[in-house]
Amino acid sequence: MSRQTQCAHVIDLEGLQQLLDALRERGYRTLGPTVRDGAIAYEDIASVEELPRGWTDEQSPGAYRLRPSDTDTVFGFAVGPQSWKRPLFPSHQILWRAGVAGGKVQLDSEPHIDAPLALIGVRACELSALAIQDRVWLGGAAPDAEYRARRADAFIVAVNCAHAGGNCFCVSMHTGPEVTSGYDLALTELGTEGEPTFLVTCATEAGAAVLETLTRRAARDDEIAAAQAVVAHTAASMGRAMPETDWVSRLLVSPEHPRWNALADRCLACGNCTMVCPTCFCTNLEDTSDLSGLQVTRTRRWDSCFSVDFAYVHGGSVRPSIRARYRQWITHKLATWPQQFGTSGCVGCGRCISWCPVGIDLTEEVAALCAETPD
Amino acid sequence: MYPAPRKTRLAVWKFASCDGCQLSLLDCEDALLELAEVLEFAYFPEALSRPVRGRYALSLVEGSISTPKDAERIRAVRRRSDHLVTLGACATAGGIQALRNFAAAGEFVAAVYAHPQYIATLEHSSAISAHVPVDFELRGCPVNKLQLLEVISAFLRGRRPAIPAYSLCIECKSRAHTCVLVATRQACLGPVTQAGCGAICPGCHRGCYGCFGPQETPNTTALSDALAALGVSRAALQRLYRTFNADAPAFRRESERHGE
Ligand code: SF4
Ligand code: SF4
Ligand code: SF4
Ligand code: SF4
Repeated sequence: MSRQTQCAHVIDLEGLQQLLDALRERGYRTLGPTVRDGAIAYEDIASVEELPRGWTDEQSPGAYRLRPSDTDTVFGFAVGPQSWKRPLFPSHQILWRAGVAGGKVQLDSEPHIDAPLALIGVRACELSALAIQDRVWLGGAAPDAEYRARRADAFIVAVNCAHAGGNCFCVSMHTGPEVTSGYDLALTELGTEGEPTFLVTCATEAGAAVLETLTRRAARDDEIAAAQAVVAHTAASMGRAMPETDWVSRLLVSPEHPRWNALADRCLACGNCTMVCPTCFCTNLEDTSDLSGLQVTRTRRWDSCFSVDFAYVHGGSVRPSIRARYRQWITHKLATWPQQFGTSGCVGCGRCISWCPVGIDLTEEVAALCAETPD
Repeated sequence: MYPAPRKTRLAVWKFASCDGCQLSLLDCEDALLELAEVLEFAYFPEALSRPVRGRYALSLVEGSISTPKDAERIRAVRRRSDHLVTLGACATAGGIQALRNFAAAGEFVAAVYAHPQYIATLEHSSAISAHVPVDFELRGCPVNKLQLLEVISAFLRGRRPAIPAYSLCIECKSRAHTCVLVATRQACLGPVTQAGCGAICPGCHRGCYGCFGPQETPNTTALSDALAALGVSRAALQRLYRTFNADAPAFRRESERHGE
């Protein structure tokens, strides 16, 4: 595997701290995993002390439990409820404001660009999700200026997964667990005993330039082999799998499948699945005026195909039933997304399964929708 | 070129309630001065000593209808108001006092008051919309002052208020709170409750109490099944749905499915 040999070096925790310091010195805002409120969250981190060392998670449909790990690893957990879409595509963003001053209308639509982001600990499925969001926000006729700026400036430190969560199914989606592209530096945590060490590889010049400044040594062949074994072990311990059927075409011909009724009985239409999904991008544009009526604001907020108003057209919603909304979600994500964006909308991260309060399992539902066919 | 708009006459009415929603209006602080620029507070017993009679462009109504006199008064208010907006769980669903709707109100009166003969009360505490047509219902116990300002701003421009009716979970996740139901197995009404409070309780590591009432399409049965699987008893499930919005139809029906 050439990817794991490109400028392969080994660093320890001190090297990882130097990496954070180097990125911060270069002006990056460093975001990475940390423990908050019983889950892994992506937050501003300045020190390796803030990383979730010694923590792991147990995930099953509708359940997530963070617990102390048997090992002292730094990245021994799978993805938590947040994804990188939050910093790149915020849940609430003002697109423009306009006001009347001195008898003239003044428009403020300048994109708001803040410090460049360094994303630390991005998993393979998440890199795939970023690539999908790139198509959504940058692929069309009107690319999103703020997203483009944040994305172009971002420095990505990926991590090869050493632990598959109970709801992970990246292998069957061909999106992981090995990181293959879309990063600057990639880490693989070696071993589970003693002081953590990491195999580092680089994929870009920016990555190589930062790597050069760290205290490091060239990786030995056995360390490169050990890193490959870590990924192979994770690939072999996936929590679940998508069925090996042609679900894209089966879903397209099954709008009246009885399984949708069973789903409608269970689904809360709460929208948690779409909120945690790293590729879901649906928003609502809100136009508001202030009390004086002289200032107006257009705001973009995360919305969900599970909300009634999201499908509001003149006269009412075209998807008033929960059945229609759940069907829209799965069918778009898995079956019509390929036509629209040339890729599946699902990367197999399992978040929608863990964070669904009633534990609806996407892989199980797809299997059921493909297995029995109506008439 | 842009003349100052004529001041709009506003009235704030109180029925059976705790005054919390009206206080949300007084709590608007800086925005209160802006409000005073565009609104004439023509009737507001909480803040003004002398009522002004006449017609009102906008009436904000707090409280539920719980006495025969109030049932008449709300009709008079409606007649004098061009636009009527209810504030909060009492005015929108009957409030916590609607717990009486599940029992015999007369027995409470006899138990609480030394001279029950002086108490004139209705059997039920009911929402304003059960008595007169309502133009907009703002949820909450109490209402969120930012949503209140949005409703007033929207009314002044004749536009639709940007008040989503979707679940609290969408707001909770937008704010990056960790889900207390999934991560800590606490009962949370967020999936069946309307957004609007800013997900205050999950933000304090507590389940949602449902004070904004049912979301647009609440699947309470599915949520109750999930909570029962976490070990929430039938009695506790009933209590969960019977608080500030106990008489909101979706919560009332669900509470009636559970109990001792
Ligand atoms: S649909 Fe579910 S498993 Fe697939 S990417 Fe979205 S959250 Fe992850
Ligand atoms: S889905 Fe794959 S890449 Fe994503 S966290 Fe799980 S094991 Fe890692
Ligand atoms: S599938 Fe689950 S998370 Fe998604 S809307 Fe339905 S109940 Fe909520
Ligand atoms: S904590 Fe409650 S409101 Fe927040 S996502 Fe979980 S169920 Fe929904």
